[in-house]
Amino acid sequence: MKIVVCIKQVPDTNEVRLDPITGTLIRQGVPSIINPDDKSGLEAALTLKDKHGAHVTVLTMGPPQADLALREALAMGADEAILLTDKAFAGADTWATSLTLAKALEKIEYDLIITGRQAIDGDTAQVGPEIAEHLKLPHVSYAKDIQKEEDSLVIKRMFEEGYHLISVKMPCLITALSEMNSPRYMNVGGVFDAYRKKEVKIISIADLNINKDEIGLKGSPTKVKKSYTKGAKTAGKLYKDLDEKEAAKKIVEKLQEKFII
Amino acid sequence: MKKEDYSGVFVFIEQKDQKIQNVSIELLGKAQELAKDLGQEVTAVLVGHNVEHVERLGHYGADNILYANQKDLNIFMTEPYTKVLAEVIDNKKPEIFLFGATAIGRDLAPKLAGRVFTGLTADCTSLEISAENRDFLMTRPAFGGNIMATIICPDHRPQMATVRPGVMKKSEIDTTRNIEIESIDVQINPEDKIYEILEVVNEKTEKMDIQEANVLISGGRGVGNPENFVKLNELAHELGGIVSSSRAAVDIGWMPKEVQVGQTGKTVRPNLYIACGISGAIQHLAGMEESEFIVAINKDETAPIFEVADVGIVGDLNKIIPALIDELRLAKEAKNQ
Repeated sequence: MKIVVCIKQVPDTNEVRLDPITGTLIRQGVPSIINPDDKSGLEAALTLKDKHGAHVTVLTMGPPQADLALREALAMGADEAILLTDKAFAGADTWATSLTLAKALEKIEYDLIITGRQAIDGDTAQVGPEIAEHLKLPHVSYAKDIQKEEDSLVIKRMFEEGYHLISVKMPCLITALSEMNSPRYMNVGGVFDAYRKKEVKIISIADLNINKDEIGLKGSPTKVKKSYTKGAKTAGKLYKDLDEKEAAKKIVEKLQEKFII
Repeated sequence: MKKEDYSGVFVFIEQKDQKIQNVSIELLGKAQELAKDLGQEVTAVLVGHNVEHVERLGHYGADNILYANQKDLNIFMTEPYTKVLAEVIDNKKPEIFLFGATAIGRDLAPKLAGRVFTGLTADCTSLEISAENRDFLMTRPAFGGNIMATIICPDHRPQMATVRPGVMKKSEIDTTRNIEIESIDVQINPEDKIYEILEVVNEKTEKMDIQEANVLISGGRGVGNPENFVKLNELAHELGGIVSSSRAAVDIGWMPKEVQVGQTGKTVRPNLYIACGISGAIQHLAGMEESEFIVAINKDETAPIFEVADVGIVGDLNKIIPALIDELRLAKEAKNQ
């Protein structure tokens, strides 16, 4: 079986802090990690490899530094790594990103493509299903378990309350939830191989059957009109003299203002 | 594609077990506002089989109802639903199409956007029409909520967005609006069922991890005794969250270790954190100060927890919490009317 896992290198948003004076993000010194849902997708691929035998390729689109995420994936046990990197890819929204990845996937043999459900920097959950659509593949998203049965997969597809057990024939695309598993650590031999024996293949726009206008910022149907920070955290208002009913009303009012209820 | 050919605000109506989901009713409320600003109509698009109370869509703001009522569409499957909606877009050419940001909407909408080649903005918290050029302004959080971005989709139609449940407000019910239902006839072939559902399991969420909860009601020593945690549970239930605790409450043995928030417990960042009877030792604050919105209730007005709280209430939590549960129920009833 041939599996391709699409991963994204993201800033560890748990480590992102706001500058208390300017209210802007402090990105300096924030470590980059493999997006958690993607990493669980990779673990699922490696588990299938352990059980049934498989060739696992990791694919990412990103700046040259994304090499680090691919090396980590190789050290965990992936067999091959591909980095899609080109200035022409920059500024892509989910549509253009998924098209670029799909064009790269057309050049790779696969029975199964795994992506994470969503990335922690954007939280859109769109790239997986959109890749599937570009490749005309069936997809199942929100997977919490993947079992292989001959040429099919049985997927536990999660909903808010409960799940569907779904059988889907390969080739197909699955989007993985981080709740699915605990990804393995890199081992020493794996790290050695990742840097000495294995290579990261670089793909640029020239290698893809695609027009420059279809991708990157230009090929993106959506544009960012403006962005702003919500500002730094300070102590809010303290209410000292409310009786319980007034206090309860005040809390409800604030929760409504913030669209929490 | 000619932009001028596209008109109308469409809402995908989600149904589960033949019941229209609340998020879709909320979206109809927003769609009404948008349609008014554009001088257009609201169209509800329902996909399912023998769905109950379809007339409610009119009562809550739809000017038109499109209904694909087929046995094969009884339960959500990505491809048949995508096929139906792609045909709707093809025939009706909506200017805007809204979806709930649910486990269904977040699967269906990107598949559909991919098919009809348009942009999609996920998990929007605000939607408006630009007074200046009629652009559809879709605002959403990114970077774990640290940044807000306003997104536009200038050259593709429909402009698509998903919105989380509870973000938009239902409009007032008007039972005099009886809207005729137009049926959509889309042929669903066996090959459209690109996967097979072997089993459908309905369950209230498995025991949730406090790190995954959107709402945490956290209790400390000030709760007074383990029995009082029952009220906290009730409040958590009312807000769709779960109960966590401070180290003090764990050390006394009132709460299990796995729900402890703080440096020696777990770090949490829910949308809402209500700290009840927690003084706010540094080790506790380190585990929760990144929560989106913090409410603190404590008898001691000098408690450090108030320094990170968005709303601080000085008072007796064992009186305030029951009152709060009542107020929330009233607010919910008012919203559902």
